Amino acid sequence: MAFNRKDLLGTRELTVEEIKTILDTAESFKEVSTRSIKKVPTLRGKTIINFFFEPSTRTRTSFEIAAKRLSADAVNISASGSSVTKGESLIDTARNLQAMAPDAIVIRHRSPGVPHQLAKMVEASIINGGDGAHEHPTQALLDAFTIRERKGELAGLQVAIIGDIMHSRVARSNAHLLTKLGAHVRVAGPRTLVPPQFDKIVGESEGSITVCNRIEEALEGSDVVMMLRIQRERMSDAFFPSLKEYSIHYGLTLERLALASPECIVMHPGPVNRGVEISSEVVDSARSLVLDQVTNGVAVRMAILFLLAGREID
Amino acid sequence: MKLLIKGGRVIDPSRGVDEIADLFVEDGRISALESESPDEGIDIFDASGFVVAPGFIDMHVHLREPGEEYKETIASGAAAAVAGGFTAVCSMPNTSPVNDNASVTRYIIEKARAAGLARVYPVGAITRGSEGKELAEMGEMKEAGAVAVSDDGRPVMDSQVMRHAMEYACDHNLVVVDHCQDLHLSAGGVMNEGRCSTELGLKGIVSAAEENHVARDILLAELTGARVHIAHISTAGSVEMVRAAKRRGLPVTCEVTPHHLALTDEAVISFDTNTKMNPPLRSEADRKALIEAARDGTIDAIATDHAPHHFDEKMNEYDCAPFGVIGLETALGIALKVLYHEAGIELSRIIEMLTCGPARAFSLPGGSLEIGAAADVTVFDAAREWTVEPERFKSRSRNTPFAGWLVRGAVVTTFVDGRQVFRAG
Amino acid sequence: MDFKLKSQIMDAAGIKRALSRLASQIVENNVGTADLLLLGVRRRGVPLAERIADRIAELEGHRPPTGQLDITLYRDDLSTVGPSPVVNRTDIPVDVTDCIIVLVDDVLYTGRTVRAALDELIDFGRPRRVELAVLIDRGHRELPIQADYVGKVLQTTDDEIVKVMLEDYDEEEKVVVVERE
Ligand SMILES: [Zn+2]
Ligand SMILES: [Zn+2]
Repeated sequence: MAFNRKDLLGTRELTVEEIKTILDTAESFKEVSTRSIKKVPTLRGKTIINFFFEPSTRTRTSFEIAAKRLSADAVNISASGSSVTKGESLIDTARNLQAMAPDAIVIRHRSPGVPHQLAKMVEASIINGGDGAHEHPTQALLDAFTIRERKGELAGLQVAIIGDIMHSRVARSNAHLLTKLGAHVRVAGPRTLVPPQFDKIVGESEGSITVCNRIEEALEGSDVVMMLRIQRERMSDAFFPSLKEYSIHYGLTLERLALASPECIVMHPGPVNRGVEISSEVVDSARSLVLDQVTNGVAVRMAILFLLAGREID
Repeated sequence: MKLLIKGGRVIDPSRGVDEIADLFVEDGRISALESESPDEGIDIFDASGFVVAPGFIDMHVHLREPGEEYKETIASGAAAAVAGGFTAVCSMPNTSPVNDNASVTRYIIEKARAAGLARVYPVGAITRGSEGKELAEMGEMKEAGAVAVSDDGRPVMDSQVMRHAMEYACDHNLVVVDHCQDLHLSAGGVMNEGRCSTELGLKGIVSAAEENHVARDILLAELTGARVHIAHISTAGSVEMVRAAKRRGLPVTCEVTPHHLALTDEAVISFDTNTKMNPPLRSEADRKALIEAARDGTIDAIATDHAPHHFDEKMNEYDCAPFGVIGLETALGIALKVLYHEAGIELSRIIEMLTCGPARAFSLPGGSLEIGAAADVTVFDAAREWTVEPERFKSRSRNTPFAGWLVRGAVVTTFVDGRQVFRAG
Repeated sequence: MDFKLKSQIMDAAGIKRALSRLASQIVENNVGTADLLLLGVRRRGVPLAERIADRIAELEGHRPPTGQLDITLYRDDLSTVGPSPVVNRTDIPVDVTDCIIVLVDDVLYTGRTVRAALDELIDFGRPRRVELAVLIDRGHRELPIQADYVGKVLQTTDDEIVKVMLEDYDEEEKVVVVERE
C-alpha cells in the first residue's frame, strides 16, 4: 500500500500497486458521497488551487467538489492563453503560486508538460488536470474505476478507444493505465487522427495496444468502448471533411455496437456530441456509463487529494 | 616574436599530417614543423600529451548582435568560441536587423575585430529581410566580407526564388546554405515526429519536412550549378540523399551538430526546453546514420548551430519556448565523446570536420597548419574528462542540453594569429 | 520493528470472559436490547463488536445490529502518520438517529480515536446516547474521554505497547504488553 508521491503528473509513471491503492481508496470515498452529510474533515485547513488555463467546467467542478467534501479550501483561478500571450513567464507563474502557500495545485493547461515543469518549481503537490494532448491521469483513473466497478477485473479485457486519438490526453492516459492493469487496448479513428506509433507509447506491461485500421475491427468483441469527443476545429485543419461524414464513418451507433461483446459497456469522457461521435440511442442506453463516470470522478479525485496530502512531509 | 608549441601530437588533416612534432610560429604565421628543434630565446608552450590541430572553424553560429545583445554579443560569442577551440565562426544573418546588406555585414566584422578573439565571418541573407521574396544584395555583402548566404531559420519556401538565389549566388561565387524545412509540413511542430511525440502529445516535425527541401536543393544545385550546403542535417534520409549527390559529383556539402550526434528525441521526455531546437532531435536510427555519415565522409563539417536564448525565454511551456541551444563550449567534448571514444572514428577524421572540412565548403582561409598560414592553432587533451557546468560558460546564455554531462576531450589553449586567446584555467 | 514481550495480560479464555461481562453489563445498563446498535472501530473493534453482539443474542434472544467505523478521514494526525494510511469503508446498517450506540474498540489510550469516532458518528445523524466499550483501558488520556464498559484496566508506561491479538487478524488470541527493542 505505497503511495508516497509529491505529484500526480501522469499515469505513465504510476506503478500497478499505486494504481490499485488509488482505486481502493476511491471506493471508500465513494461511500462518503452517499452519506447525508457528504463531508469529512480530513483536509481541514488545507488549500487547493484549481489553476485552469483552459476552460473546463466539468473537471474543475469535479475537483472542487472533491476538495470541499474533504473540507479543504478550494480556490479557482482561471487564465487563458500561454505565458507568451499573458506576458508572464512560467517561472513567474510558479513563484506566484508558491507565494500563496497552497498544499496542492490542480493544473489544466493547453501545453503538454506544464504540470511537469511546475512540479520542479513549487513545493505544493501538482495534480495534472490535463496538459494538452499529453495526459489526463484523473480521467483515466476514474475510467478504470468505473470499468472495475462493472467488470470486477481489468486484466484480459478488450477496450476500444475510438476517435481523435492524436489530440486526446484521455486516450494516452488510458493507454498507459489500462495496459498496466492488464487490459488490451485497441485504438481506431480516421487515419489522419491516429498516430501510427501509438502502439509503441507504453513500456513493458501486462496489456497491449493495437492500432486498428477500421473502427469495426476495434469494436469486434470489445468489453469496453470509449468514444472520444471530436472537436470541430479539426475540420479546418483538414483532418476530416465534415461532422456528417465523421458520424457516418466513425460514429458509434447501436448497429456498430452490436459488433462488441453482449456485455459491452460504453464510456465517454464528455461532453458528448450527440449524433456525431455517438448516437443518442447509445448514450441513453443501459450500456452507457457516462453518468457513472461523472459520479466516480469525484470519488477518485477525493482519493487523489487525500493520498497526496497524506504524504510524508520531510 | 617567436613561439614554439612543443612536443604535441600534430594532426593536420589538410595535409595528412599526424605525428609528434614541434610547431614554430613567427610573426603570427606557421613557420616550421620539425621533429626536433633548438629552443633558445623563444616562448615555449609545452604540448606534450596533447593534440595540436589547426584552429577549429564553426560554420554555423548565431551571435545575436545586432539586436539581441541580452542573449549574446559578438564579443561574448567570440569568447565562447575560443574557449571551445574555435578560431573562426560564421555568423548567421537572422539578427535584428537581418544581415541582408553590406552595412550590417561591415558592422559585424568591425565588432569582431574590436573583440580581437575568434575570426567572425558573416553569412548574408539570401532574400531581403529573409522574407523569401526578393534577393538580398549578395554582391555587395560578398565585397564587404560575407562568406556565404543563408536564410537560416526562415527557409526559402518558394522554389523559384531559391532557384534564382542559386543562379545569382553562382555569379558571386557564394555558397547557398539552406536550413531545409518545408514549413507547411512542419507547421506547429516542436519536436521530432515519432514514438516520443506520440507519447508526449507534442506536435511533431516529420523527417520528410527536412528531406523534402534537401531533395529540392540537390535538384536545384544540379540545375543551376550552384554550390549548396545543407545546414544541420538531421535525418537518415537527408544523409542518404547527400551521399548520393556527392557520388554523382554534385557540389553539395553538409554539416552536423554535436547535439544531433549525441541526443535523440527521448531527451524531450523530460520536458526540458533545452532539448528543443530546429531541426529537432531525431530518432536513434537517425543518430546512428549521422555518425556513420561522419565516419564515411558524407558529412563535411561539425557545426554547433550555437543559438543563445535567455533563461526567461527558455523557462516557458515546451511548445512556446524558442528553438535553439548553445554549443560552442561543449562541441569538442561532445564530438570526441560520441565520435572518438564511443564510435571509434579516427581523430584525424573528426579534426577534419572541425577544420579543413568547413574551410573547403565555404572556401575560407585557415583549417590548415601549412607553412605560411596564419597561426590559428587549437591544442586539446583528447582524453580529459570534465563535467559541463553552464554557469562557467563564457557565452551570455546557458541553454545547453548537456548540463551535468561528463564529456571527454577538453581544449587546453587556443591561438589566433599566434596570439594566445584562450587558456584553460 | 522488533518488540520485546513484557507480559501476557489475557489468554483466549480471558478475552472470552471479559467480552461476556461487557455484554451483560451493556444489556443490564440499557435494560434490554431495544434501539441498541454496536459499532466497532476499525480494525480490532469490529470483531469485538460482533462477538459482544453474539453474546447479547445468547443472553437476550435478540441480536442487536452491528456496523463498523473507519475513522481515518477524521484523524487529527494525518500529515504526520504518512505514507498515506489506508482508508476503509464505514458501514452503518441503520439510521443512527435515536439509536443507543455502543462504540467498541480494543484499547482505550489517548482518547483521540474515540474523539474521531464521535465526530464521524455525529455526521451520520443524532443518536439518543453514545456509550463506549473497550477490552483494555491503559490510561494516559489526552482528552476528557472515559469508557462506560471496561474489560480490564492496565497500568502502563508510555514506552509500552498493548497488543490485542485476535484470530480474525492474528494467528493467536491474546492480550500482551510489549516494548520496542
Ligand atoms: Zn537552422
Ligand atoms: Zn542556425
